[in-house]
Amino acid sequence: MQVNEKLAVEHGLKVEEYKLICELLKRTPNLTELGIFSAMWNEHCSYKSSRLHLKKLPTKGKKVIQGPGENAGVIDIEDGDAIVFKIESHNHPSFIEPYQGAATGVGGIMRDVFTMGARPIANLNSIHFGSTQHKKTKNLLRGVVHGIGGYGNCMGVPTIGGQTCFDRSYNGNILVNAMTLGLVKKNKIFYSKAAGLNKPVIYVGSKTGRDGIHGASMASASFDDKIEEKKPTVQVGDPFTEKLLLEACLELMAGDSIIAIQDMGAAGLTSSSIEMASKGRLGIEINLDKVPCRETKMTPYEIMLSESQERMLIVLENGKENLAKKIFDKWGLDFAVIGKTTNTKNIELFFNSEQVAKIPINILVENSPMYDRKWRKTKLPKKNKIQKKDLNNLKILDVLKKMISNPNVCSKKWIWEQYDHTVMGDTIQKPGGNSGVVRVHGTNKAIAAAVDSSAVYCWAHPLTGGKQIVCESWRNLISVGAKPVAITNCLNFGSPEKEENMGEFVECVEGIGEASKYLAFPVVSGNVSFYNQTKEIGIKPTPVIGGVGLIKDYTKMITMNFKSEGNLVLVIGKTEGHLDQSLFARTILDEKNGPPPEINLFNEKNNGEIILKLIEDNYIKSAHDVSLGGILMGVSKMCIEGNIGIEIKKPNSLLNEFEYFFSEDQGRYIIEISKSDIKKVTSILEKNAVHYDEIGTLIGKSVSFNEKTIVPVDELKSYNNNWLKNYMR
Amino acid sequence: MKSSVITFPGSNCDRDMDVALKKFGFKNKMIWHNDNELPKSDLVVLPGGFSYGDYLRCGSVASKSKIMQSVINFAKSGGLVMGICNGFQILVETGLVPGVLLRNKYLEFICKNVFVKLDNKDNPYFKNLEKDIFELHIAHNEGNYFCTEDQLKEIKDNNQVAIYYCNNDGKIEEEFNPNGSIKNIAGILNKEKNVLGMMPHPERMIDSCLSGEDGSLFFKNLLNNIK
Repeated sequence: MQVNEKLAVEHGLKVEEYKLICELLKRTPNLTELGIFSAMWNEHCSYKSSRLHLKKLPTKGKKVIQGPGENAGVIDIEDGDAIVFKIESHNHPSFIEPYQGAATGVGGIMRDVFTMGARPIANLNSIHFGSTQHKKTKNLLRGVVHGIGGYGNCMGVPTIGGQTCFDRSYNGNILVNAMTLGLVKKNKIFYSKAAGLNKPVIYVGSKTGRDGIHGASMASASFDDKIEEKKPTVQVGDPFTEKLLLEACLELMAGDSIIAIQDMGAAGLTSSSIEMASKGRLGIEINLDKVPCRETKMTPYEIMLSESQERMLIVLENGKENLAKKIFDKWGLDFAVIGKTTNTKNIELFFNSEQVAKIPINILVENSPMYDRKWRKTKLPKKNKIQKKDLNNLKILDVLKKMISNPNVCSKKWIWEQYDHTVMGDTIQKPGGNSGVVRVHGTNKAIAAAVDSSAVYCWAHPLTGGKQIVCESWRNLISVGAKPVAITNCLNFGSPEKEENMGEFVECVEGIGEASKYLAFPVVSGNVSFYNQTKEIGIKPTPVIGGVGLIKDYTKMITMNFKSEGNLVLVIGKTEGHLDQSLFARTILDEKNGPPPEINLFNEKNNGEIILKLIEDNYIKSAHDVSLGGILMGVSKMCIEGNIGIEIKKPNSLLNEFEYFFSEDQGRYIIEISKSDIKKVTSILEKNAVHYDEIGTLIGKSVSFNEKTIVPVDELKSYNNNWLKNYMR
Repeated sequence: MKSSVITFPGSNCDRDMDVALKKFGFKNKMIWHNDNELPKSDLVVLPGGFSYGDYLRCGSVASKSKIMQSVINFAKSGGLVMGICNGFQILVETGLVPGVLLRNKYLEFICKNVFVKLDNKDNPYFKNLEKDIFELHIAHNEGNYFCTEDQLKEIKDNNQVAIYYCNNDGKIEEEFNPNGSIKNIAGILNKEKNVLGMMPHPERMIDSCLSGEDGSLFFKNLLNNIK
């Protein structure tokens, strides 16, 4: 095939990029080389539009062992233990083929974690779908949930939490973000940096097939009408093989045979071999005849670009080949010495005894394009004047029932009961709470994790939205009694080539950076997914934050279900009555404009730290952060989970009851304390300048307001629990 | 008391079972599926998971693996063999217990707490248990127990039903049946009562901070019964 500009453009490269390649190589690349360039230089692998801005994120901290740049981030959880974690998107393939797309997303992120020597101990996911009225939503949701479960359940890793959102803007581009946490000993972490000359390069795992060729390039483009034709670019997962690969790799890692290891994820053998060599400032030579293939007559081009799943590339110490092979034989996996490290700083590929490609690695990596794309700032929208008369006709009970069964608020049990969330025997907080929590096996410690997004806030004002999600993640961890340690982010946006979308990206990242810096909650890993766009319509900007926190003594973990009658309920943090962009404004008043609630990082930090102190001193019986839907959504869920009622009295304030109960001001928590502790608790709060309102007492089996309106908890529960189940059946 | 847990490729509750057995005083050994001989054991456990990826049919490949011949011989000589979840699926594939396990009624994986009622305690697993109703945890895609009318009659005549799905009051009704199992059957014994297959995972309920503690009662009692 003649390599020319046209073919390069078909490979997703820009004309200027192709010219640059020819210039750097001082010749025209052959087809295999062109394929390698297109795989390394696409948005998904090269971060060419985002790199410049990602540099601004705080990535260091006392507890950070490894920040971005490796397969996953690593944090120190003391006693020689470390947690490896990362979140990654699999949006494009999941829209085309929901089961396999989601399944391989989960498989890919678990590989990123165990590549570093960590045994995966928990999975989470954040999934976003189009309107519940859209004809594709039900099937996509069903397929994605089956895919996530199908892979994670078979691997025997509990799925301990997640998030599901519905919004029209995802009608043509759903989001599937998967997160994995793994546990490793600090002194047994494995990295992807190759070292030493003439070290054997080993291929292990599944055989290579023709599936997933150009998957990463597909994920770097917008969708059009012909998207169904892209089905062959979706990889097919085999969790059974991955389970064997996990056990075999961990068995090999127990010894000292491995110099470097890298999973073959996006852009398969191409990116894994090039990354390992590049990090070690070495060259690499691969004999493609040695690569185990599933299909006959595969070309070098296909072998290099296949994204077949469940494969790893290892640089081994000399003389350890037999020992390593024995382990992979035991687990019934392919094992092949396919090449060696060299001092040429080139990637050299051989096939049928001929050299089929030779590219200097620095050209592929360091010379990869980086763009400072044009972007547009989003002005803070003007506040809406919500008229009192709009509220006069509303009955609080009707609003409550409508909101508690809203698709974005309702219980997601139908989803998480399809995920094995208890395997490994350490899940001490199941999905459905503020964070999922797993014990660190055999210790008193536990790890909390949560995933969050607030696309509506980010759409209204990206800078505020970016800050808000970091804060929400922080609050979700605090609410279970965990000290927030670090975050991973999955940045889902439309096309970076559109100023508006690029602006959303830039400002969200700025917001994330600002909040995570202030809260000392650094970003240790992440992933960018651009081009979540069908023709001209992009998604709402949807950065997803995966937060991780540490509980030193798991017996102090807090859950959100109300515990006992007679206890008092306090709202921590000030309620200002901000309704713009709230669920109430959008679903009840049909008002979609206005700014998101303001973020006050000082209050956020102060309130969170005081909550942790109250938990440490055993004052808090249950806790929940105030988020989507405001105080009343939070209180109702705590009643539902605890099966206890509450008598609510709106505190004296200038706000009307809708503003007080449904506003989405930030930095707030709902806590339950014992009556006898009220003086001690309020004195701690006052001493630390933390605002609080006492809003009620737990009693009976109904929720009542000002001794008038009453609704049984069971009724709220059926509104909350049944919506999704009925929708899906 | 000595126990052996078999690890098949794809087993993923083998470690959890090991932890549980050791916690309650068993001396447990992990046995690789490709071994020929079982060590001397008072109890053999086939754990949950996805042995051989559950390809072909859940449990079918595992039932033919090398170690299974020794397990079958051990069972036939009266040794205690317990299969949990995927282990139950393997047991039905070996024919050690009757029936088959189909996909769940709604074709969805189910992970949640359920209540089960013991049918009879005249067996080494449940003898001496004080309670009849237990809260246990299920996590499976193929737990929909099925057998022919004739088999069902035989199972009932021989008191082979181990546990039924029920509610917290012990009511055995269709609405408390999570997966469509015939007659709400959650676990089955062989005729001789030394082989038990059940879908619920007692090993996931051995601590008050987990899904519950009824699993602890089961293991403590089992150890005492074997002693």
